[in-house]
Amino acid sequence: MDDLYRDYILEHYKRPHNFGELEPYDLTAHEHNPLCGDELGVQIKVQDGKIADLKFQGHGCAISQASASIASEELIGMDLDEAGRLGADWMIDLLGIDVSPTRRKCALLNLKVVRGAVTGDGDWPA
Amino acid sequence: MKGTPAPAGKERSPTATKPAPSTASLDVKGHFPIFAVREGEQPLVYLDSGSTSQKPKVVIDALAEHLAKRNANVHRGVYRLAQEADAAYDGARAKVAAFVGADQATTVFTKNVTEAINLVAYAWGRANVGRGDAVLISQLEHHANIVPWQVLCKERSAELRYLEVDERGELSLQQLDAELARGDIKIVAVAHVSNVLGTIVPVSEIASRARAAGAVSLVDGAQAVPHMPVDVDAIGADFYVWTGHKALGPTGIGVLHGRRKIMDEMEPFMTGGDMIASVDFQSATWNELPYKFEAGTPPIAEAVGLGAAVDYLSELGMAEVRAHEQALTEYMLGRLAEVPGLRVVGPPEADRRGGLASFTIEGIHPHDVAELAGRAGVCIRAGHHCAQPLMRCLGVGATARASVGVYNEPPDVDALVEALLRGREVFEL
Repeated sequence: MDDLYRDYILEHYKRPHNFGELEPYDLTAHEHNPLCGDELGVQIKVQDGKIADLKFQGHGCAISQASASIASEELIGMDLDEAGRLGADWMIDLLGIDVSPTRRKCALLNLKVVRGAVTGDGDWPA
Repeated sequence: MKGTPAPAGKERSPTATKPAPSTASLDVKGHFPIFAVREGEQPLVYLDSGSTSQKPKVVIDALAEHLAKRNANVHRGVYRLAQEADAAYDGARAKVAAFVGADQATTVFTKNVTEAINLVAYAWGRANVGRGDAVLISQLEHHANIVPWQVLCKERSAELRYLEVDERGELSLQQLDAELARGDIKIVAVAHVSNVLGTIVPVSEIASRARAAGAVSLVDGAQAVPHMPVDVDAIGADFYVWTGHKALGPTGIGVLHGRRKIMDEMEPFMTGGDMIASVDFQSATWNELPYKFEAGTPPIAEAVGLGAAVDYLSELGMAEVRAHEQALTEYMLGRLAEVPGLRVVGPPEADRRGGLASFTIEGIHPHDVAELAGRAGVCIRAGHHCAQPLMRCLGVGATARASVGVYNEPPDVDALVEALLRGREVFEL
């Protein structure tokens, strides 16, 4: 089996979870990956300090789409505070594959967007 | 040059549709040390010459020999070594100018194409483009031939207008005439060969129509000079720019050829050492051409390296280089058509395009295409290729691009196609 394009990565890429439009929403952000022109947006509905619902919009490579899809499952139901503190390692561990330095930003784009929406900090997750 | 489509529903055997062996004629891979196969490593299949070319041993040796034997600063020293450095630097300029049929006095060394276009946008543009004027470029330009004009037009309240790309990836001369007839265009700046579509643009025709309408013209030859015979004088543009590192030379050196009358009237771009005739406490006068546009210590060793590169290309013969790459491109277009779901953008005929093919594969993002190729040892590029406005016209976020150089051979293309077919299997398509 391919060590990067594993079955579950391709499954999430082809049928990403929690993609679409959320109406109404409380928080939103939109980002470009300047390297490849990929873009990703997020809409978040907040209830009792938690992410009650979340949807991504955009297009990108298998790594960026699968990362967003996999992350969305964990993010829904998470405390906003906790979501705002998530770092790069959280995403890379969750993804479960070796990501080369050039593809790292593909994997982290969704987290960058979520942090942008939750905390207003648009920097790349460290 | 598409083959007859296979009857629908019939299985096509790869051998039956495989194009006839290419007539690619040059056999020079051995001149390029990077292709030497190392023990235990897979051979390098390099199809990214549109980004930068690999370097022949003669260029690497020329750089090393210059640094080892003739290194001194130029235009200052009276000692013998300095005179040798002068001779090497100006000798390189003479070779580079002769290579494209240009005058060496109006051949300026810059850092790259980006700097060459900025030079024109600043030194010529700031003096000649004002409120109510317009700059005309095209939708197939590289960012290097877009952003300097955007900045100029914003600063001068001028208008930036675009020649449109048609569905074949070509520009329309009728639209050019209509734009020029409006009477407000000061400069027309276009690529000679598109780095995304491969389109060969009729630059000679564009330059002559621009001149007839009283506009200046600039041609970005970054993707042309390394791959086909180019005669700057015959093209007749007022400015023609290209870069060394795509033409088998080192990075850090670009070339600007200009029309003497215009360059004489231009003020310098950057100022400082070497570009002055004399300096007193409050003012200075400018050196003669081309030195007026070469402030500071120039890229001396890089110029020598580029001189060796154009010597090498001249020895191969640019007509032969073009024939080789065109045959290879035709072969590549034919073989890419075997990959299900693959769509090539740009003109379908190899004789209307440079040596590259940008493509998308249904169901695989271009970055994944490049990743899958890279794991098979095949180097191709993916992304927006510094041409985001064009990507918008094509309705895609990115493409994968395979681009050839003199050293490529049909098996390189075969390796790419093999990797793409394997990639479709990985993606379960």
